[in-house]
Amino acid sequence: MSAAAPGGAIIDTRGLAKRYGRTDALVDLTLGVEPGEIFGFLGPNGAGKTTAVKLLLGLARATGGDATVLGAPLGDRAARREIGYLPELFRYQPWLRAREVLELHARLRAVDGGAPAPAAAIDGALDDVGLSDRAGDPVGSFSKGMQQRLGLAVALLGNPRLVILDEPTSALDPVGRADVRAIVRRAREAGATVLLNSHLLTEVERVCDRVAIVDHGRVLASGRIDDLLGDTQLRVRVTDLPATGLDGLARFGAVETDDGDWLTITGVIDEDIPDVVAAIVLAGGRVHAVDTGRGTLEELFMHVVGDTTDRP
Amino acid sequence: MRAILIIARLTVAETARRRILAVLFALTVVSVALTTWGIERLVTLARDGGTPDIEIVLGVSQVQILVAFMFSFVLAMTAAFLGAPAIAADLESGVAHAILARPIRRADLIVGRWLGLVVVIAAYAAASGLLDIAAVRLVSGYTPPQPLLAVVFLAAQAVVLLTFAMLMSTRLPAIAGGAICVVLFGLGWMAGVFAGIGRFFDAGPLVAAAEASRWLLPSDGLWRGTIYSLEPQLVVAGAISGAGEAADANPFFASAPPPATFLAWSVAWIVVVLVLAVVSLRRRDL
Repeated sequence: MSAAAPGGAIIDTRGLAKRYGRTDALVDLTLGVEPGEIFGFLGPNGAGKTTAVKLLLGLARATGGDATVLGAPLGDRAARREIGYLPELFRYQPWLRAREVLELHARLRAVDGGAPAPAAAIDGALDDVGLSDRAGDPVGSFSKGMQQRLGLAVALLGNPRLVILDEPTSALDPVGRADVRAIVRRAREAGATVLLNSHLLTEVERVCDRVAIVDHGRVLASGRIDDLLGDTQLRVRVTDLPATGLDGLARFGAVETDDGDWLTITGVIDEDIPDVVAAIVLAGGRVHAVDTGRGTLEELFMHVVGDTTDRP
Repeated sequence: MRAILIIARLTVAETARRRILAVLFALTVVSVALTTWGIERLVTLARDGGTPDIEIVLGVSQVQILVAFMFSFVLAMTAAFLGAPAIAADLESGVAHAILARPIRRADLIVGRWLGLVVVIAAYAAASGLLDIAAVRLVSGYTPPQPLLAVVFLAAQAVVLLTFAMLMSTRLPAIAGGAICVVLFGLGWMAGVFAGIGRFFDAGPLVAAAEASRWLLPSDGLWRGTIYSLEPQLVVAGAISGAGEAADANPFFASAPPPATFLAWSVAWIVVVLVLAVVSLRRRDL
């Protein structure tokens, strides 16, 4: 049985390291993933993301540091029963049908006892990823995107407590990516914790609660996305606003005006933006444009990774 | 055990779905049909020419051993080329990563794959060997002394190569592992020939080296078991009285069955190599 304490971290790594020969794939990975969150693990290619995932699953052995997953040591078999995993580069047996792949993984998940996921659960998993009508087709006939959908179904089969998705949207079109976001959110609603390993920053920004940015095997920044991106700067182009109206906006944040028609309010929370506009209008101002000027995750990523990178 | 059986069943299903079984069966039927037709022609011509029955039996038994060698070669190649990619290809495609992230041991994957392929190889050895023996009996009336034992030795030889191929598969790409197995199979066969020649010339070091290599890879020793099970005693007695120990230099002759110690060693060898394969995969980063 997994020794995960109720309420304890789902993933807890302390200085986790992996060296392949003379190459440090992971130097000092220290992070915690809490129950019920969707955690984004970001980094450029070769940053050590997939190595970290392999260590967490026991597919590779750490050369330094310590970690637990679901409260158990890395690679613990009982813990692995509660983990769903979508590998980065994978191809299921091309001669198996989609439904048979899921049946195989349902049986493998239950090797230590218990009944495999029932047929209804397999039907549900296929339906969730939009493969119900291809359930009887050989995997070898699937496009890369369809294989990735099948991989998602395998990872989510049986409602695992931890879902590790390694680049789950890399082969998907925009519709498929939207589907994945919905699937990930549903998994969280069903009680799963999700570790999303990706370099597609807009995907991560839309779906994750917290992120860690990793490069050269080290965590360069981590935290809630809102905290990492800093305060929202709301810029409004307004005319005919009396000075008293400006005073009334101070409750939303620090107000600055420039020589033109633009005023900037720093520190506005997203929910207050409509109220800011309403307050301006009530004070007699005429609003011509509104711009939420917060930085993006991509800008933060480029800033953080760019500061340390010395790639050729 | 449950995981081993799941993987073994998956492996057997894979060989069936990928038409490996169908191809092997079809080739076996064609091979048996052609060789049986040849034997029937030879027997008919010999009988028409007034050849004594005893000489016909001797001739048929020798042709049957040659046919058995063909099946032994096909089985060895099948074992090498099923075993060599059994783990390597799964690692390359990521199939192994998805499976080993489940709560199964790496030993389950190795032993399950091995067990499934042993079933396939044993079934092929039984089908091809017994079909050939039955067909030869039908056209010539000749049945070898120990047909079932011959099939067991035929399968055991292939299992030795399969096990070695799986060890290679934990570390080497499929093509490299398969090539090594084929080369070692050939070397083992040649070692048997050299051992016989060495004995004739009383070349102690040559005999010792050849014998050592036969124990390092026991495939040729088991092949001699197949031969001995197919030989009429008349052939054994005649060859020994004519050529003495040098008769064993003939790769299609065996003067005695494999000793019990050799058989015990062969079983231990398979177990040890399988354990090495497990250890090799367990120590590997995927």
